[in-house]
Amino acid sequence: MMSPAEWSAVRLTAELAAVTTMLLLVVGTPMAWWLARTHSRSKPFWAALVAMPLVLPPTVIGFYLLLLMGPHGPVGQFTQWLGIGRLPFTFAGLVVASVVYSLPFVVQPLQQAFEAIPERTLEAAATLRAGPWDRFFTVALPLARPGFVTASVLGFAHTVGEFGVVLMIGGNIPGETRVLSVALYDHVEALEFEQAHRLAAGMVVFALVVLVTLYVVNRPRREEGPA
Amino acid sequence: MRRPLLFALAFAFAAFARAGEVQVAVAANFAAPFTKIGEQFTAATGHVLKVSSGATGKFYSQIVNGAPFEVLLSADDETPRKLLAGGHGIAGTAFTYALGRLALWSAQPGLVDAQGAVLGSDKVKHVAIANPKVAPYGAAAMEVIRARGLADALAPKLVTGESIAQTFQFVATGNAELGFVALSQVAAPGRPASGSYWLVPPNLYGEIRQDAVLLKAGERNPAARALLEFLRSEPAKAVIREFGYGL
Repeated sequence: MMSPAEWSAVRLTAELAAVTTMLLLVVGTPMAWWLARTHSRSKPFWAALVAMPLVLPPTVIGFYLLLLMGPHGPVGQFTQWLGIGRLPFTFAGLVVASVVYSLPFVVQPLQQAFEAIPERTLEAAATLRAGPWDRFFTVALPLARPGFVTASVLGFAHTVGEFGVVLMIGGNIPGETRVLSVALYDHVEALEFEQAHRLAAGMVVFALVVLVTLYVVNRPRREEGPA
Repeated sequence: MRRPLLFALAFAFAAFARAGEVQVAVAANFAAPFTKIGEQFTAATGHVLKVSSGATGKFYSQIVNGAPFEVLLSADDETPRKLLAGGHGIAGTAFTYALGRLALWSAQPGLVDAQGAVLGSDKVKHVAIANPKVAPYGAAAMEVIRARGLADALAPKLVTGESIAQTFQFVATGNAELGFVALSQVAAPGRPASGSYWLVPPNLYGEIRQDAVLLKAGERNPAARALLEFLRSEPAKAVIREFGYGL
């Protein structure tokens, strides 16, 4: 059976992943829409910036976040000026870090979904006098539904699997920043392999279930195609 | 009585043999002095070192699972003992190469007073320690905190680094106002860390005996044995003392 400390890590991880995914959908949707529709010459630069967390080692991201959010970093000075203190070693800090770290996993599927919508479809809506907002909410969003499913699932799952960044800025505080991956690492380090196996097996099962569900839900449905 | 002869033979052999290579695992707290010792060793013997530094507990798991390290410079004496008991080390090769010293350090100059009373101050929001379950310096830090009767008061303020190196990082970036680190990290000769520290009196925590041991993978490597012998030589001891360790 899992101990209360382990349940607390599970709950914390789920909360972190849920909050992060919701924030990412809010922030990522306009970014993805812009990237999908823009003809700007700076597009490759912004697309690369979004993709950076895929390439950078999590420890690099974690270390720079630690510096940026620290007392001498610009983000740290800003949060202190706001009167909310500093972000490292707090749940809010983990959320900020996770949003950065999981950004491409949400923005890229959305961008692909938006790019797959033919320009003519939107033009047709425009000729029927649908304004830009109307076109976005009643045409683009429903058509991009599979993209939103993929983005939500990947954003959530990737945050659950996050380790290096959390390790760097979390400080391993029970109930505040000790998420599943860190609790698991703790057990392995302390040679408590039995507990480690339990958490690890749970995460393997979780990952498999989530991904299988995703592929089932997002299966191409030919019968719904145009007749 | 036969050991000195053996070592002399090993040295002679090493001198005639072609330059060898040793894979060394070094406890994070000893990384800086070992860089210097390694340079001296290479200059004296021609042997090249491949050094990995990290948390001792992690090295233990890796060695037990077949990591190719030939020599371990541990942060404690427990790990080499366990390795010997499990048949992963070579009997009779373990010895204490340094006694660790604990320091309470802050990156802010003048914050830490000479008695370490700042530990109980309200101004301090976060105190960084190495994970006491796996790091000897973390366990020693907990002893000091308990000895000061601050275990309950500090519990919500503790942030844990996975190794003493990460603990240092939390304090160096100013995210934790205070942290228990190895004296060697803040009193490195020629490059003292900025800020202020309190050298914790050794009677507040159990001795941190840092042992070195020859591992199974290095049994037939004369360069590995030469390194352990070099660690006991006067030039190496001078470096060890210079970095604030006891001997």
